[in-house]
Amino acid sequence: MDAVIETRGLTKRFGELAAVDGIDLSVREGEVLALLGPNGAGKTTFISMLCTLLKPTSGSAFVAGHDVVRDELGVRKNIGIVFQEPSVDDLLTGEENLYLHSMLYGVARREIAPRMERMLDLVGLRARAGDLVRAYSGGMRRRLEIARGLIHEPRILFLDEPTLGLDPASRQAVWGHIRDLRRRKPTTIILTTHYLEEADSLSDRVAIIDRGRIRELGTPEELKRKVGGDIVRFKGGPRPEDFAGLDFVHEAVWEDGALRLTVSDAPRHLKELLGRCPVVDEVEVRRVSLDDVFLKFTGRAMAEEEGQDTIFERIALARSRK
Amino acid sequence: MRLWSVDLNAVYALLLREVKIYVREKERIVAVLVSPLLFLFVMGRGLSGRSPVAGYDYQQFIFPGILCMVLLFTAVTYGLYIIWDKRLDFLKEVLAAPISRTTLFLGKSLGGTAGAAAEGALLLAVGAAFVLPIGPARAAGALGLCALIAFLMANIGLTLGARMRSMEGFGLAMSFLTWPMFLFGGALFDLSGAGRWLRLAACADPFTYCVDLMRWILLGWGVFSPALDLAAVLAFCLATAVLGVYAFGGLQQSR
Repeated sequence: MDAVIETRGLTKRFGELAAVDGIDLSVREGEVLALLGPNGAGKTTFISMLCTLLKPTSGSAFVAGHDVVRDELGVRKNIGIVFQEPSVDDLLTGEENLYLHSMLYGVARREIAPRMERMLDLVGLRARAGDLVRAYSGGMRRRLEIARGLIHEPRILFLDEPTLGLDPASRQAVWGHIRDLRRRKPTTIILTTHYLEEADSLSDRVAIIDRGRIRELGTPEELKRKVGGDIVRFKGGPRPEDFAGLDFVHEAVWEDGALRLTVSDAPRHLKELLGRCPVVDEVEVRRVSLDDVFLKFTGRAMAEEEGQDTIFERIALARSRK
Repeated sequence: MRLWSVDLNAVYALLLREVKIYVREKERIVAVLVSPLLFLFVMGRGLSGRSPVAGYDYQQFIFPGILCMVLLFTAVTYGLYIIWDKRLDFLKEVLAAPISRTTLFLGKSLGGTAGAAAEGALLLAVGAAFVLPIGPARAAGALGLCALIAFLMANIGLTLGARMRSMEGFGLAMSFLTWPMFLFGGALFDLSGAGRWLRLAACADPFTYCVDLMRWILLGWGVFSPALDLAAVLAFCLATAVLGVYAFGGLQQSR
């Protein structure tokens, strides 16, 4: 196993508050890892340390074999970053943004033009490349930032909330570009998100982060399995005894006049389940979501955290408790 | 030490960015010249009293100082602007680039130098047309000095800006640094006729030597010797660049 990112007890404190609290993580070359957690969970602080933008309080981290504290430039040569907030120059054109970025990242002069063409095609901005970014929509800016993060061909791409604030169509487009990119060139991608759907559909593994710690780590399927499985509800007919002896049925209970089964991998086993039922009026299948996973491992729903309990408020709280 | 390595390509890229942005904000180019022109034409003509230099009137006497004032205000303001940049993800893009902090500092500083020196050139043209005759040799010398002064002032602005956290710092720096530097620097009066304490303060002010050297170039008159002025300007340029690189070395994402 080839670890391209390795952290040991990585910690960042702001005063008394540990924004990142001893994270051990190992990321394989070529994988997509989603850091999933509510606002203020420490995701951005964590990747800022990996990107050498923040110095860790303690612990160590190696990115592409370089120490993030001792060899910042070594790390930076191997990474691309798409920040949470817009960071392209408004008063420059899309093309100029890419060109200047390439020069900053030491791309050879004769390489710049062909790469710019490729990137503009990849994110579908070729036609608008000569316009000032000021005239771009939010989705276009995001795509330009992704192109910029990739143009120096980094081994590792960090995406901090890549679709935050985008409308559903633009979000789908950005996901499409990320998948496209992976097909063309194996790139390790670390993405932070608080959209469960995003983590589920893009990533190989998901790390659930809450209050500065990784609570759980695994493939989306593994995590869902840990929660116990999908829910299948039958109305009219089936009784618990009908499903005795099936090892993929974990639980069968009555709930509001319906029989509720907890089943692993319901879509695959649905036919067998239905075979056991003599008669049935209604069947409802609900696959376990990462929402359920988050709830199980943190004891709170993602939505409860939305928009509150940000890092700033936590700092303010920690200060006021002194 | 990696801190001190310089990547010229990256310096050029940073400079190019500032220049492109500068020429696209045309309103600002003109706005910057408003207050110096007021000083020059309202104060210069209104106070048309005595000039310490034979053959030149008061307006002509203060012209070199006003020229330096443009450089001072434009370049310091430019430098302080990174307080604002720091609060956005904007600066992160360059902070995360694989370039040393020296490269970043030089690129930013030369970018500010170019913008401020361009304003200086504009004012110089206005001066040549309406205030005093400026031959090609004097114009070339004045332009060269404009670049040096702009570099010095951009360094000061960037160094302070890198250390400050809030936008309030911007106002404080303007009232406690820029204006005193301008007023103590003797841009509007003859230092040799000033009181002891004022002269002492002027000697500690880098701006004094800038104005004095500019007067030697444009009027052939000054308080100190031109060699001393030039040595002082160069020394201040170097010192502020070193301080600036250290200040940039400590730059981190601000949250």
